[in-house]
Amino acid sequence: MAGDKTVETTGLVGWIDRRFPLTSTLKAHITEYYAPKNFNFWYFFGSLATLVLVLQIVTGIFLVMHYKPDALLAFQSVEYIMREVPGGWFIRYMHSTGASMFFIVVYLHMTRALIYGSYRKPRELVWIFGVGIFLCLMGEAFFGYLLPWGQMSFWGAQVIVNLFSAIPFIGPELSIWIRGDYVVSDATLNRFFAFHVIAIPLVLLGLVAAHLVALHEVGSNNPDGVDIKAKKDKYGRPLDGIPFHPYYTVHDILGVAGFLMIFMAIIFFAPEMGGYFLEFNNFIPANPMVTPLHIAPVWYFTPFYSMLRATTDDFTWVLSAAAVLAAIVMFLRHKGLVKLIVPVVLLAVAVLLRLIDAKFWGVVAMGGAVVLLFFLPWLDYSPVKSIRYRPGWHKVLYGIFFVNFIVLGYLGTQAPTAVFNLISQIGTLIYLGFFFLMPVWSRLGTFKTVPDRVTFHAH
Amino acid sequence: MIKKLLCALALMITCTGANASGGGYTLDKAPDRVNDLASLQNGAKLFVNYCLNCHSAASMRYSKLKDIGLTDQQIKESLLFTGEKVGDLMVGSLSAKDGKAWFGVPPPDLSVIVRAKAQSASVTGSDYLYTYLRTFYRDTTKPTGWNNLAFPNAGMPHVLWERQGPRSMTEITIHQHEAAGEKGGHGHAAWERVTTSYDEAGYSTSKTEPINGYTGNPSTVYQFKAADAARSAAYDNDMADLTAFMTWMSEPIQQTRKQIGVWVMLFLGLFFVVAWRLNASFWKHVK
Repeated sequence: MAGDKTVETTGLVGWIDRRFPLTSTLKAHITEYYAPKNFNFWYFFGSLATLVLVLQIVTGIFLVMHYKPDALLAFQSVEYIMREVPGGWFIRYMHSTGASMFFIVVYLHMTRALIYGSYRKPRELVWIFGVGIFLCLMGEAFFGYLLPWGQMSFWGAQVIVNLFSAIPFIGPELSIWIRGDYVVSDATLNRFFAFHVIAIPLVLLGLVAAHLVALHEVGSNNPDGVDIKAKKDKYGRPLDGIPFHPYYTVHDILGVAGFLMIFMAIIFFAPEMGGYFLEFNNFIPANPMVTPLHIAPVWYFTPFYSMLRATTDDFTWVLSAAAVLAAIVMFLRHKGLVKLIVPVVLLAVAVLLRLIDAKFWGVVAMGGAVVLLFFLPWLDYSPVKSIRYRPGWHKVLYGIFFVNFIVLGYLGTQAPTAVFNLISQIGTLIYLGFFFLMPVWSRLGTFKTVPDRVTFHAH
Repeated sequence: MIKKLLCALALMITCTGANASGGGYTLDKAPDRVNDLASLQNGAKLFVNYCLNCHSAASMRYSKLKDIGLTDQQIKESLLFTGEKVGDLMVGSLSAKDGKAWFGVPPPDLSVIVRAKAQSASVTGSDYLYTYLRTFYRDTTKPTGWNNLAFPNAGMPHVLWERQGPRSMTEITIHQHEAAGEKGGHGHAAWERVTTSYDEAGYSTSKTEPINGYTGNPSTVYQFKAADAARSAAYDNDMADLTAFMTWMSEPIQQTRKQIGVWVMLFLGLFFVVAWRLNASFWKHVK
């Protein structure tokens, strides 16, 4: 019987609490969730990502009320929203700017996780759910980008779906199956609409819930990488912890205020953001008969797109050589079954790198660059979590990694040239090397002693 | 040396069009008149009279022109010629099929053409359009008898030519002679100046002359000479208005958007201060 449960609350809340864990859930996740008190600037982006997610869903609902997922009507319906739906332009700009801002916020959120080791034990699942969210976000952005049915929508989708045709044996059939036609068409638009509006958001929301539940189970990391649960007061509260509400709710409101100033400044004064948030070519209706001179994905995909383009036939020689080298090292350094299996697999990859078309490996490099992130918790062997206590040259390495990522992003927006291609090949090696060699470099060097308590200066 | 500098200076002053090295024509900066109602109304008149019909602006309603100060009555009397209603969309009567047959490609819809033709944050679609409309020249080798500097081999003839009057165009290219350096022996690469003139009827003549001791970069300059300078200047003014109208049409809300934006930023600035002090007052107790 629900009424038999004893609860501390009375009245309406008591009535609910006897039937539903309202108060206990609020306590566990908000009022008595103890977060480290030394959060800095980097810790704004989790709550900001939630804010953008909500904005995207709400604006998305209103857009769907007026948008027409039909190849003949789609482009015009977007302009209809911009001109004739009251406030439609604001809703649409929020959604289009929100897409880019979502990636900015999420990239910064992931950077935070990287530099403070937020993916390390016991937060592996928090990280994995997070990478899942990132993948969903990429899917969501890709499917959504087709919907305005402009030239870039069309040709971007055409290029990406064509990538699947590089998969040996099943590729060509697979890409037709994805498109539902021989070229991107009305059928493609309709299924992408379904994915963008229903399928991916459902998965996304589930992953966000899992991300938060997992986080609140193990507790937040902090810029020092110190486990605040190790030191508790007599009530069992972490000495360096502070209730999420009200301390971080007011703190996050400050973050929201700062974020909204940037977000709204873009919406009201530069919604195209110089062609990066809304590409100029996408104001031309999709035309299957006219291929644009230069097809580039939206900026948030360009680092990965660079890696795809970098993987030319020549470059597979380099990757193949790297695989052989790795096979030799693994053979020399390991014992038992690993000594045998891993080198054999690596050698097989080395051979396949030359046997299968480079285009396929480009796709593998692009996809692998994201999938690699899932394994991060098991690649990092450093004795400390936070970059603050790592050797100086580790900081340099992280610096190179982030700069490299931005350079790859820039190159992806540019038309390819021989020099640019060489730079993106080096960039791809740096990106892959950073992760593949992490088990080696992450344990080298002199680490500083991690303090018992977090570094905190009262405001 | 001084002579060369003077020469270069003279060349720069005489060139009326913008110059570009290698490939694309450098676009002129369109005057910003998107706030000027008289310009926008003149632009609307030109647009409806000259552009609409072959082109459409299918995202625009005639009634939207009330936003630039026209009344229903004015729209009805001056801009609706073939029985459209004020609430109708600006749809032309040329079918895509005919357009393709006559011009090679169907004339594009112009609703958002200004946004589509932008090249970067600084080189806008308005610049493109303003330059495009002012760089037509007669060229008998083209099917329509017209060519364009901003959009070489454009399918569109110069439908506004009567407003501009006849013009001739001279293109002066300075480049290195292709046969420079004989028998593998490099020496001085020979520079030459190619002057191609299109007269008012579109017939071209070309003259090549070697230039000695040239040390600059390859360059191309275009010079237009109008038979009636005043008419041509008035045309430039009209095209600035037409460009302003099409810029406004590409996003009719743009001025309102910026005006609201100022208030939004002021509010957020205030909100930020409140949020900042609220946060500080909570956190001052945290030791």
